Amino acid sequence: MPDKILEIKDLDITFKTTAGPVHAIRGVNVDLERGETVAIVGESGSGKSVVMKTAMGILAGNATINGGEIIFRYTDDDGNAQEVDILKKEKRWIRQNVNGRRIAMIFQDPMTSLDPTMTIGNQLIEGMIMHLNLPKDEAKQRALELLKEVGISDPEKRYKQYPHQLSGGMRQRVVIAIAISCYPDLLICDEPTTALDVTIQARILELIKTIQKEHGISVIYITHDLGVVAKVADYVNVMYAGRIVEVGNVEEIFYDPKHPYTWGLLSAMPDLNTNDDRLYTIPGSPPNLLHEVVGDAFAPRNQYALKADWKEQPPMFRVSDTHYAATWLLDERAPRIEIPEELKNRIERMKADHEVGNGSRL
Amino acid sequence: MAVDYNAEPLLKVEKLKQYFKNGSFVVKAVDDVSFEIYPGETYGLVGESGSGKTTIGRDVIRLLDPTDGKVTFNGKDITGKMDKSTNLELRTRMQMIFQDPMASLNPRKKIGDIIGEGLDIHHTYASADERREKINTLLQKVGLAKEHYDRYPYQFSGGQRQRVGIARALIMNPDLIIADECISALDVSIQAQVVNLMKDIQEETGCAYLFIAHDLSMVKYISDRIGVLHLGRLLETGTTEEIFANPIHPYTVSLLSAIPSPDPYAERARKAVFYDYATSGIDYGKGTLHHISGRHYVYGTDEELSDWMGYE
Repeated sequence: MPDKILEIKDLDITFKTTAGPVHAIRGVNVDLERGETVAIVGESGSGKSVVMKTAMGILAGNATINGGEIIFRYTDDDGNAQEVDILKKEKRWIRQNVNGRRIAMIFQDPMTSLDPTMTIGNQLIEGMIMHLNLPKDEAKQRALELLKEVGISDPEKRYKQYPHQLSGGMRQRVVIAIAISCYPDLLICDEPTTALDVTIQARILELIKTIQKEHGISVIYITHDLGVVAKVADYVNVMYAGRIVEVGNVEEIFYDPKHPYTWGLLSAMPDLNTNDDRLYTIPGSPPNLLHEVVGDAFAPRNQYALKADWKEQPPMFRVSDTHYAATWLLDERAPRIEIPEELKNRIERMKADHEVGNGSRL
Repeated sequence: MAVDYNAEPLLKVEKLKQYFKNGSFVVKAVDDVSFEIYPGETYGLVGESGSGKTTIGRDVIRLLDPTDGKVTFNGKDITGKMDKSTNLELRTRMQMIFQDPMASLNPRKKIGDIIGEGLDIHHTYASADERREKINTLLQKVGLAKEHYDRYPYQFSGGQRQRVGIARALIMNPDLIIADECISALDVSIQAQVVNLMKDIQEETGCAYLFIAHDLSMVKYISDRIGVLHLGRLLETGTTEEIFANPIHPYTVSLLSAIPSPDPYAERARKAVFYDYATSGIDYGKGTLHHISGRHYVYGTDEELSDWMGYE
C-alpha cells in the first residue's frame, strides 16, 4: 500500500504587494512517498520555495492561501499514526510539532541560516533540548556524534567554534547535522549546494544521500540545477510560473520529456560531449504573475505553442502511471510534434551509453 | 573565431602577486601568476572561491594595486604609476562586467545614461543626437529596445540587467572585457542567452574576454583557453581541448570530475575525485611551470609531474 508522507493538493497562493496581488502559486500538486526523494525544478520566481515554505508554515506575512491542502502523515510520540492538514493547524502547533522536529529544512546559504553569535554546539543542541527534552549533557553527546556523522573532523573543537570559523562546506555540514538532530521524517533541501563550490557540491549531496538511507528520511529537493536532480531524485516535478508542468520519475523526465519547457531546460544545459558553438536558449523570460495568466503560461516562450495554449490552461495529460505533463501537445487532436532534434540526439547518445530501457532501473 | 597565437599578446600578466595584510599575517591571494591573452581570444579563469580569480581580474583592470609583477596591455605597462595616455588607454580599451547586475547598476540612473557614462566622461561625441544614436545602437546590439533608454534598472529582469552591463562595457569599443562571474547570478535558461550574446559580440567586434567563472561547463562553451587557479596559483593552463581531454594536475582532475551532467545514469555512477591540498603532499611553493604540449602548461615539481602523468 502506498504510504504517502506528504500530499500537496491544489495549493493556491497570492501575495499582496505594493504593485498589486501576485498569483504566485496556481494549483500545485506534489506527492511524496515515505523514503523517496522528490525534486522540484524551476527557475527563480517559479514558486518552488514558496510551496515548501507553506508546508513548513513559514510563509511571509503578505501571503494569502486561497485554497488547497497539505496532508502530512507521521507517527506521534505515543506511536499512533497521525494525519494532519498543515494549512488548518495554527502556527504554534506547527512550531512545536513540525518545524525542526518532523520536517527539517536545509537552506541555500549556510552563513545566513546559522546564527553568527552562537557557537556551533549551542545551535546543535538547541533543537534537541526543545523538541526531544534531552538534558544538556546528553544533547551534547549526541551533537558530537552528529558532527562526526556529517564528516566533521575534531568535533570537540568544532563544537566550541563559531560559524565564521568554518568554511562554506563545513557550515553546510553543520546545518545538515542540525536538521537531522531530532530524527525528522521529512527533510526539505532548498538549493542546498547553490552557494557551494562544485567540488564540495557533490560531497554534500552524497552526504545527504547516505543520511537519508541510514535514517529512512524522505527528502524534497528544491533546485534549478538539473545536474543535482539527475544525481539524487527518484521523482521530478518541473515547475513553471506557479504550476507543475511535468511530473515523472527521473528516467521519464530526462529520457522522455514531454513538455516544451522541460525540453528547453534540458537543452539549455551545456553538454560536455558535443562541440556545438551555440547553446540552446529558451527565448524570452518568465511571465510576470502580477497579471493573471491566460492559457499556458509558457506559451509566449514556446515555439511549439498551439492555439489552444494561448486560450486555455492545459490539464495534466497522462503519459504513464507516473508520468504526467500539462501541454496541449499531448491532446489527441494536437499535431504530432517531436522533441527538438538536438535534444533527441543527446538523449539517444545518453541511452546508448547505458543501454537504458532494457528493464534496468535506477 | 580563430585566434592568432603568433600575434603580439593583447594582455600579458607576468609573475603577478597580490598580498593582503591583515594585522600580522599576510594572505597571498595571488601568488606568481603569469598568463597572456591574445586579441580576440577568450581566456577562462576557473577555480573555487578563494582561489584568487576575482583578485586577478581586479589587478588587471587596476581596481587593486598589485603587490608585485607586471601587467602589459597593448604593449604598455599598466602596473605602478601610469602616465596620462596609458591611463586613458586602460580606462577605455579595457572594460569590466560584474557579477551582480543589480548591485553594479546605479538604481537612480536611467539605463541609457548608465550605458552612456563612458561617453560622457571621455567626451567622445559631438552632439546629443550622436550620443543618443550610439546608445540606441548598443541597446539593440545586446537585444534590448530603444524604448528601454528611459527606464531604470529595477524595471528589468536579471538577464536584461546583465545585458545592460554588457552594453555599458561595449560602449568604448574595448579590446578586452573582463567578465567576472557575469552569469553566476542568472537563471540557467538565461545564462545560455547571455553566453550566446557574448559570443556574438566577440564575433562582431573581435574583442577579447577574460572570463572568470567557477562553472566549468559554461567556461568550456565560451573559452579558447582555460587557466585553473587554486589558492592563488595558476596550476594548469591550456586550450579548452587540452584541459578537458588531458587534465594533468590533480586539482584540475577533481574540478572536471565535479561537473554535473544532465544524465541520471552517468550522474549516479559519477564519483567526484576529491582533492585536498593539505593532505595531498603537494607544495605549491616548490613547483615550476612545465610545458606539456602545444599551449598546455602544468605547475608542479619534476617528480610530481612524472607522477601525475603516469611514467616512471
